[in-house]
Amino acid sequence: MLSRANLLKILSALVLCGAWELAGRVPVSYAFPTFLDSMQAFFEMIGNGMMLAAYKETLRPLVIGIMISAVLGIGLGLWVGLNNFFDWLFSPIFIVMQAAPLAALIPLLVLAYGIGLTSKVLVVCIMAMPVIVLNTSGAVRNTPESFKEMGKSFLASRTSVLLRIVIPAASPVIFAGLRLGISAGFIGAILAELKITPTGVGDIITYSRSIADYPSMYAAIFSIILLAVLFLNLLEKIETILFKGNQRGYVSD
Amino acid sequence: MAMSQIKEAPNHTEVVGSDSAVSVRNITKNYGEVEALRDMSLEFPRGQLTSLLGPSGCGKTTLLKIIAGLLLPTSGYVEVNGKTVQGPGPDRAFVFQDFALLPWATVLNNVAFGLEMRGVAKSEREAIAEKYIGDVGLSGFEHSYPHELSGGMRQRVGLARALSVDADVLLMDEPFSAVDEQTRRKFQEDLLNLVQNENKTFIFVTHSIEEAVYVSDQIAILLPRPSRVSEIIRPSSFRNKGVDNIRRDPEYLDIVDDIWSSLRTYVE
Amino acid sequence: MHLFGYRLPGMSSLILWGLLWEIVGRADLTFFVPPLSEVLATLFAIIGTPAFKKALAETAYAFSLGVFFAVVIGIIVGILMGKNRLLDELLLPWVNVFLSAPLTALVPVLMVLFGFGMKSIVITTALFAVWIIILNSRAGVKQINRSLIEMANSFGASPMDAFFKIYFWAALPEILGGVRIGIIRAVKGVIIGQLLISIVGFGALFELYSANFLMGHFWAVLIVLFALAFTISEFLAYLERRVSYYAAKR
Repeated sequence: MLSRANLLKILSALVLCGAWELAGRVPVSYAFPTFLDSMQAFFEMIGNGMMLAAYKETLRPLVIGIMISAVLGIGLGLWVGLNNFFDWLFSPIFIVMQAAPLAALIPLLVLAYGIGLTSKVLVVCIMAMPVIVLNTSGAVRNTPESFKEMGKSFLASRTSVLLRIVIPAASPVIFAGLRLGISAGFIGAILAELKITPTGVGDIITYSRSIADYPSMYAAIFSIILLAVLFLNLLEKIETILFKGNQRGYVSD
Repeated sequence: MAMSQIKEAPNHTEVVGSDSAVSVRNITKNYGEVEALRDMSLEFPRGQLTSLLGPSGCGKTTLLKIIAGLLLPTSGYVEVNGKTVQGPGPDRAFVFQDFALLPWATVLNNVAFGLEMRGVAKSEREAIAEKYIGDVGLSGFEHSYPHELSGGMRQRVGLARALSVDADVLLMDEPFSAVDEQTRRKFQEDLLNLVQNENKTFIFVTHSIEEAVYVSDQIAILLPRPSRVSEIIRPSSFRNKGVDNIRRDPEYLDIVDDIWSSLRTYVE
Repeated sequence: MHLFGYRLPGMSSLILWGLLWEIVGRADLTFFVPPLSEVLATLFAIIGTPAFKKALAETAYAFSLGVFFAVVIGIIVGILMGKNRLLDELLLPWVNVFLSAPLTALVPVLMVLFGFGMKSIVITTALFAVWIIILNSRAGVKQINRSLIEMANSFGASPMDAFFKIYFWAALPEILGGVRIGIIRAVKGVIIGQLLISIVGFGALFELYSANFLMGHFWAVLIVLFALAFTISEFLAYLERRVSYYAAKR
């Protein structure tokens, strides 16, 4: 027997899909297909391989961008977190970047780097890096003082304190930063596709819109949301498993 | 009824009996304008438990951390076994008030941490850790995580960790203040046995008068503003009466009362 | 960070970066980076121009309207979710979905349904902001100390009194935090909306300047936008600090 929470989730999903179906039948707008039509298009595209091919295109700049952002971001974050000078030097840049609408830079990137893979990867990077760097540096800086003291009192070397205490203690927040960064990078990747060049899934969206094939368009959008939600939930589950001890907070709570 | 020996001790203290494992000489510690410790000198007899007792702000934790080598004094020096303290060392081990356990490590790995930092091989340090885990009564919990343990159990892990490195001097910073009253009483009893059985010098910071009088061979009363040692008390007669009888011993009760009357004016 | 014993203020490294910008610009290393001084001069020149004022007005209009709807809807829904378990269980999964979903993907839908105009941009802005406001409002309500509620009841407070004198203030720090993050997202939303949907406001200026390679103008407008976004964010952080002195340790 399903738990109450899960039952309600399924119920609300059904309600939503039902509402979608009804709205499509009314129709709310000529451009609003029914739920069933969209699902049909969705499975069709999976069936004829279009979906897979499109995602390969779309995910390429995303994956590359995220990997670069993760490595550079965590590295920079550690550096900034551990060194006062670099904190003073770099933190303001990333703080400004976090609050600012970085999407505005896209036209500039297109100008500078053309409409190919490079600019798309760059879009993903500028969207993802700030939160990764700031989370990492914040976590490192906020290592509980008593942990570091404990390490010192037991004669741990500077390297040991860093590797065995500071970084493990910071891991949950770093991982959360990665998750947020991937989220932001995803937005960047979609934005890049819709704005820069139509390839991959963005292409399906723009093309179907232009030929008024609304079920396909909605299906593509649905697939993006579905993928993003599934993937990020997976990351959250991994986070919970990896950090089961830390999830409860530090020992002195 | 034997009289306890209470002595006034402004700047210079005479040690009764055994030699000093730790000597604190003219320690001053300033934080900017604030004088945390001023010209403090104290001796800690070998193999005994000395308490640093006083109201908040009297600098007792600061002094303990200076002895541990975690803080540097502004002036003055500390000698442990005749050698001047420059920083943390293998001759001293620290037990933390908030336990300072690594939340992502098992009890076994936490206890073995000190040994690991000293470069002891894995199988050896795990064996030593297991012994001390058993000594503090946590057998069976070697593979548990701190968040699965109660406060009292966590502090026992901290204690086992400090014992496992076999240091001469054990420094304890209000180790029982974060556990409940019943556990605290048990800890105090266990501590008496520990002091008897281990050949170590204990320095114990507390703000509880009863606790200090219960566990200590020597009590140094510290007062704030300016931080100074105002008295040294050596309870003598009830030490060997057995853990259950101490709290009703007349001398115990007298000393507790005396200390309270001299300290109450310092409570804000 | 200390220099010659003086403590340097927090964001002062930006001055250093500004200097670097100036040097790189003068060295003419790349066409795309004119000297900072030139950018600033252009900035002051265009601020008064009708084109700029129009762009600012259009963007501000879309932004304010979007934020208004997001805040009102968000706070109300969030509070209701915090108080009603059934509603909470029904809606929470969706709020979480839309919080982490790439909302940019929804923009084409809005374009198709609501046309290429201001309406879609306002809705985009509101959509970007509303989810986090809902979540934080809900959290603010949920974390109200049980004792406060019992205390209110024991002193016979009327529902109106209880809400305005106790619950509102107890939840406020958390709600303000949500609004602050929501507004930052709304800024991103309004820009993304303008970039994708229609060319109005600042989006129009960016397209115009980059198409005509007016780099100085482009950076000038970008700086204005960044500065506005940052100022709004800091102002809200200030408000949050003013209110949160009584908030429990977070």
